[in-house]
Amino acid sequence: MSGIALAGARAVRLGGPWLALLALVLAAALAFGVGRYPVSLLDVARVLLARLTGHAPDVAPAVEAVVLQIRGPRIAAAILIGAALSVAGTAFQGLFRNPLVSPDILGASSGAALGAVLGIWLSLGVLAIEGLAFAGGLLAVACVYALGAALSGRDPVLVLVLAGVVIGSLLGAGVGLIKSLADPYNQLPAMTFWLLGSLSATHPSDLLPLAGPVVLGTGLLLLLRWRLDVLSLPDEEARSLGLATGPLRVAVVAAATLVTAASVAAAGIVGWVGLVVPHLARFLVGPGFGRLIPTAALLGAGTLLTIDTLARTVAPVEVPLGILTAFVGTPVFLWLLARAERDWS
Amino acid sequence: MTLLAADDLAFGYPGREIGRGLSVQLAAGEALALLGPNGGGKTTLLKTLLGLLPARAGTVRVAGRPLESLTARERAQAMAYVPQAGASAFAFTARAVVLMGRTSRTGLLSAPSRADHAAAEGALARMGIAHLAERPVTRLSGGERQLVLVARALAQEPRIVVLDEPTASLDFGNQGRVMAEILRLRADGLGLLFTTHDPNQAARYADRALLLRGGSALAAGPVAAVLEAGTLGRLYGAPVEEVRDTATGARAFLPG
Repeated sequence: MSGIALAGARAVRLGGPWLALLALVLAAALAFGVGRYPVSLLDVARVLLARLTGHAPDVAPAVEAVVLQIRGPRIAAAILIGAALSVAGTAFQGLFRNPLVSPDILGASSGAALGAVLGIWLSLGVLAIEGLAFAGGLLAVACVYALGAALSGRDPVLVLVLAGVVIGSLLGAGVGLIKSLADPYNQLPAMTFWLLGSLSATHPSDLLPLAGPVVLGTGLLLLLRWRLDVLSLPDEEARSLGLATGPLRVAVVAAATLVTAASVAAAGIVGWVGLVVPHLARFLVGPGFGRLIPTAALLGAGTLLTIDTLARTVAPVEVPLGILTAFVGTPVFLWLLARAERDWS
Repeated sequence: MTLLAADDLAFGYPGREIGRGLSVQLAAGEALALLGPNGGGKTTLLKTLLGLLPARAGTVRVAGRPLESLTARERAQAMAYVPQAGASAFAFTARAVVLMGRTSRTGLLSAPSRADHAAAEGALARMGIAHLAERPVTRLSGGERQLVLVARALAQEPRIVVLDEPTASLDFGNQGRVMAEILRLRADGLGLLFTTHDPNQAARYADRALLLRGGSALAAGPVAAVLEAGTLGRLYGAPVEEVRDTATGARAFLPG
């Protein structure tokens, strides 16, 4: 590589987080503006400014309702979930030393899916379903972690992944069992829709239970990000550098699981974001986790927000989020795969 | 002064003892070579001395303090480990890898400080690889990557550097280059402990050698005394021939 190319790569790395922030701002402006009821950016600004200063906005009540009651919560949820899944995915890719890992590798999504499907089958309310999904995600990962610790051999990380795969497929079978028992006219469509992921039902009251765990978990990962470089080394090497890998690994798994379970409980299964965004961020700022984690948060928020805007505008009916993320994520991932070849730089 | 002292050490994995009754001494400014056949316990012994594996019996003291009383952070400040250069999952730059050596000198939540960056640059310069700083380690040659790992160990500012077969995957020229760079560290009062498969490397670069067979010491002492054809033959269970240059007194060992 020539000196000029290296200097250029360095400049991109320094500007990367700002680029991601710009993308997020643009995505938010687009998300507020477009939809079945178009709102001008000026009106959006008026409503948000009035909200901040406490005055009554100088716009039609319908515009205010669209911005604050309908699009606002949905945009906030997309930003929170996109950032959370991307940060969790980035941290997990480091922890498991594998760039193909997504935040649900330890069964957080499968556990949440089983919880939600169970809630729908028992005809529980929305809050109870979300609560069961959240608890299911946490419980699944706790089981995987306990199993991994009990079986732990020379390579604790490999055992953990294998335990995650095994428990995940068992939980998948549980989801299948409940679906086969469910009422095919009422419950089954609800389960299917939930499993495909959507933000269409986001209500302002959903934001607090989502934001609590997400801010806590993402914040912890942001704080620990400077140690994740070393955590991505083989266990003995990391310990020889003075890192207490055991407690740190527990903290990273707990934080990533918290945000994944909260995201899945709020929006259903949203795949791909946690896998692809870390690669996009790495492409922008390089593999060092200190800069990578904040960039992934911004980029993930912008990405999921854009995809959700597409989900509610590309077709007369809402397209499930999980389907769009797969349609967008696959080509992006293949492009990255072709570019990065073997070294994932 | 003695930096590392193991006494009547038993080492191994849970439920499987590999060695017993071993004593190891390493002084400041000294290089100790660990020789032995495959499966003789060299790497296990290194990991036990580094505190990565608990000792099954006996004591290990680092600069006079019992190893088990040190935290992971304190251990890393005293001893650096240079593992065999493996594949990296991520394309960290050489500078980033060397900066990882500062882990034990940085707070858990802190970004690397100006002093950490300076120490990393200094370590890169000392190993003569400052020009590689921005290069991803995945694109470096085996010899360059080994030097990056040694630089990372230096950035730790340890008193002891432990190297596991530092030249195992290197070509003939790089073997000499890497060992020469490593051996210069003795002048700074660092204690060096390295494993090797090559008795010639031990004879050329080490002050003392420890011959490990079946988990116990077959012989230990100054290389001139310990390394000779008969002992090496017993160590490896295969004939070894010694050749000597009558003019310079230089010795070499040939297998078979």
